[in-house]
Amino acid sequence: MSTPVLFAYWVTALCFILALKGLSSPKYARHGNMIGAFGAALAVVVTLCLHGLGHRWFIIIAIVFGALLAVPAARLVKMTAIPQMVAIFNGVGGGAAALVSITEFVRLHDTDTNAAASAVVFTAIVGSVSFSGSMITFAKLQELMTGRPILVPGAQYVTSAIALGALGLGIATVPASSVPLLVACGLLSLVLGVLFVLPVGGADVPVVISLLNAFTGLTVAASGYVLDNTLLIVAGTLVGASGTLLTQLMAHAMGRPITGVLFGAFRGGSTAGSTAEVATGDRAVRSAGAEDIAILLAYARKVAIVPGYGLAVAQAQHTIRELVDLLEGRGVQVFYAIHPVAGRMPGHMNVLLAEANVPYEQLKEMDEANPEFTSTDVTVVVGANDVVNPAARDQVGSPIYGMPILNVDEAANVVFMKRSLRPGFAGIDNALLYHPKTTLFFGDAKDSLSKLVAAVKAL
Amino acid sequence: MNNIGLLTIFMLSVFVGFEVISKVSTILHTPLMSGANAIHGIILVGAILITGDAHGAVQLTLGFIAVVLATANMVGGFVVTDRMLEMFKGRKPTPSSDVVQNGGAK
Repeated sequence: MSTPVLFAYWVTALCFILALKGLSSPKYARHGNMIGAFGAALAVVVTLCLHGLGHRWFIIIAIVFGALLAVPAARLVKMTAIPQMVAIFNGVGGGAAALVSITEFVRLHDTDTNAAASAVVFTAIVGSVSFSGSMITFAKLQELMTGRPILVPGAQYVTSAIALGALGLGIATVPASSVPLLVACGLLSLVLGVLFVLPVGGADVPVVISLLNAFTGLTVAASGYVLDNTLLIVAGTLVGASGTLLTQLMAHAMGRPITGVLFGAFRGGSTAGSTAEVATGDRAVRSAGAEDIAILLAYARKVAIVPGYGLAVAQAQHTIRELVDLLEGRGVQVFYAIHPVAGRMPGHMNVLLAEANVPYEQLKEMDEANPEFTSTDVTVVVGANDVVNPAARDQVGSPIYGMPILNVDEAANVVFMKRSLRPGFAGIDNALLYHPKTTLFFGDAKDSLSKLVAAVKAL
Repeated sequence: MNNIGLLTIFMLSVFVGFEVISKVSTILHTPLMSGANAIHGIILVGAILITGDAHGAVQLTLGFIAVVLATANMVGGFVVTDRMLEMFKGRKPTPSSDVVQNGGAK
């Protein structure tokens, strides 16, 4: 490759470092993303203009085709569905990286060195796991399948056996330099990716997406080694390293070790136990209408709002703000308590409420909010469940045990706005729903909030 | 490039990757993940290179699929990240809160 091309690749690598740097500060995040996109576009254009590149138009058609698939999907997706969008894009990237190495192997397999062949095997395994694993996370988040951990007795032995099988085939591929063995290894790894993600509970899925993201990064780096392309090595490694760290940070924000996220479901039948409890549950709940709750809120001194995924689904962020404004107009002190993983991705609620122009001072992070609940008269939980479930604090066997929660049960009254008594995304029953100081207000979050707004105005 | 050179690059990239995001706040976890996701779409460069050298229908087909998937990863990744970050700009008190309200209500 000529020096100008290598220089352009160097600029791209620099852009990517600056992009990651920018993305980690709120002020420069958007610039960071633009810089990254610029760098990527530069590298692609320079590569397309390479002297002697074959099948140029064929490649350009493929690029246009890919962009036509991705851009409308990315532009039109609802804010609530963004995590699964990220999962899909990550999966296809992993698949692409595996295909690149495999194709290179098919083309040159007689002349390959052992080191390069090992890198090919690495991309075939890790890229395939990332691809099929991401597709399962997509299915879970899109609710094409249950968000609960799926556990088959003995599953861990099957998974281990398949992992060993894929590894064995991979090791055999290197000296034999055999394409069929490599393909078999890749196919087995696809199965492995599925089995790897199935036992992960719904609430933990974002952490897994982040981990698979790091996997894809490493796959790209290994492909870079196979192709002797420094840009791919640098970019892939950057993502691999930052993705690993990010996975740890996310797991930490949920108060769980990363091994607990991945393998937690294998330890004992805790999930099964909580399901049985739901089945026995015809415990009494107390529900009330808009007027009663409006009175409760309007005459309170201090009200906390706990938003969750239900608020996002119903697009009720503007309505909740209207209600809060009304209450403040009546002299009620109101704050929003934001759990770091409320919704389906970290920061989901901040994004949503920012869209409705909720003043930043009204938002309290978990550590700041928790001491406030003892002096709060009414806590309104809008479409959240797992993040306020006391089982995380009290019930040692529970799958979410140890996750820090908002201690809303310390408030004098709790109002739950829910569509039904169905458990939250993690599939765990919430004892707080049946607590004597809890009132339920059934319905879609937006409808319910509109009714509340009308009722408070009528007072 | 020789293996030691590549290993050096790999090692330094690991450190840079850790360093640049070590102080990220919780609210940016998802956009950052998404941005990093878009960055590994650079595998498109690799996909272009192998397709350019492809011989025969099998290699061309594999290359075509790789280019399509890699493009989806890269382009989709950057677009979706931008959409997430768009939401952060309304943090300051803006005079046009009505406009925002209408825009968000659709």
